Amino acid sequence: MISVSDVNLTFETNDGPVNALKNVSMEVNEGDFVSFIGPSGCGKTTLLRVIAALETPTEGRVTVNNMTPDEARKARQYGYVFQAAGLYPWRTVSGNIKLPLEIMGYSTSEKEDRTRKVIDLVELNGFEKKFPWQLSGGMQQRASIARALAFDANILLMDEPFGALDEIVRDRLNGELLNLWARTRKTICFVTHSIPEAVFLSTKIVVMSPRPGRITDIIESTLPKKRDLNIRDSREFIKIAQRVREGLKAGQSEDVF
Amino acid sequence: MNTFLILFFIIWLGGWWINIKISNHKDANLPRFIVPSLFGIVILLMWELAVIGLQINPILLPAPSAIALKFSRSLDILWIDFVQTLVKGALSGYILGCGAAFLTAIAIDKFNFLKRGLLPLGNFISALPIVGMAPIFVMWFGFDWQSKCAIVVVMVYFPMLVNSVQGLELVDPSRQDLMRTYSASYTQTLIKLRLPSALPFIFNGLKICSTLALIGAIVAEFFGSPIKGMGFRISSEVGRFALDMVWAEIFVAAIAGCLFYGLIALIEKRTTFWHPSQQK
Repeated sequence: MISVSDVNLTFETNDGPVNALKNVSMEVNEGDFVSFIGPSGCGKTTLLRVIAALETPTEGRVTVNNMTPDEARKARQYGYVFQAAGLYPWRTVSGNIKLPLEIMGYSTSEKEDRTRKVIDLVELNGFEKKFPWQLSGGMQQRASIARALAFDANILLMDEPFGALDEIVRDRLNGELLNLWARTRKTICFVTHSIPEAVFLSTKIVVMSPRPGRITDIIESTLPKKRDLNIRDSREFIKIAQRVREGLKAGQSEDVF
Repeated sequence: MNTFLILFFIIWLGGWWINIKISNHKDANLPRFIVPSLFGIVILLMWELAVIGLQINPILLPAPSAIALKFSRSLDILWIDFVQTLVKGALSGYILGCGAAFLTAIAIDKFNFLKRGLLPLGNFISALPIVGMAPIFVMWFGFDWQSKCAIVVVMVYFPMLVNSVQGLELVDPSRQDLMRTYSASYTQTLIKLRLPSALPFIFNGLKICSTLALIGAIVAEFFGSPIKGMGFRISSEVGRFALDMVWAEIFVAAIAGCLFYGLIALIEKRTTFWHPSQQK
């Protein structure tokens, strides 16, 4: 589905070149929920942006649905959810959800149908006519997810979507996201810096380290696909969280600085 | 101390007292225009009483009643001047200048190399002294309103350009990236993202330029005009010591300026309701 092999990416900055990604290789299979976890500067967001064709790697090969990332972008193969909700404040919730549909030239009735469907999916009924600045942070992020789902791409790329929310709201949205994933059978790539969030959500966890940005561990989760928040107290969960923590620590000790 | 001056002080202190009362009043339901209109009325009354009480020469400062009288008796002339200067000169120049600046801003946004050429040129044009350009434009475009329109174009072009360019530049990067993930075309991104997010800046430019256009059109008439227009009237009536007429023209300019500014601010409120600056 998504394959990344030997990708290097160097940014030219005023302070000289910065090695954002070094020899990064990984696979995402259809229906996977893959989390990228690591401290700031480890390249997790950059990797997601490479998959989305928002950045171009200096070296290496990336395919998305057997296309180059740029072809996949043009074929609208993925929906992207940004860190800040990035909703357009001059549009209502349903206006924001219709934005991609307008750009992609859907008919009026199709736009209405799809908007209603995804609003149901993220449970924002009754808020269609509200403007983003009238909603709480959690609701904004739900609207943002609905917008990414509206055109039914089979890949969902999410860049720390719940990073700015408090833990209670985040737990709830995590549960809802799992339900949504089970119902829609999307392939999800999810960037986070929270260990519990990564372990709770993922079927595969990619642990990354900074300077240069690289992968230190890839963990296939042994948790059942169907899970609820109580699973976080299970021995299995704690074991995986332990391994993630070790992967993060290993990255630190190899640090040349 | 004559009675007029005593009245003057009574009204001053009275107005002061009432305004303090109103400002201390917690009731938010009082209409917002009460305080400013009360202030205006008190100023007018004090002006009237001071002019009569101190027997001020009407050439130095005519009483408001004298100005009002002159105004009501010269409505036909004031209307002709208003049309000549503000509608034909200022408004046409405002629309042309702001429109051209807006289109230039879009061109600069699309072709970045233009920025290095056109922004300094715009800056240069705005630095030209109006008193030098006005007589030259009169020679180029004739005595009538066309030369005033040209002056206004020169005055409003740069402020509008700078504001529009800045508005188009300051688009939130993640909103821009979002458009890229949809693989939206340049025009779609412009219409659905960049223009709406530039609107607060564009309206800033429009508001600044509205007063510039007014001043430019009036001052330009000092350097040659047909025998009508507000600038012409002001300069010729000053020569005849008919200061009440000058004040009447100033009054027209002030009212027209406020109304025009208010109209733009109203449209701004309707179209940029989503911007933090418009929310209470």
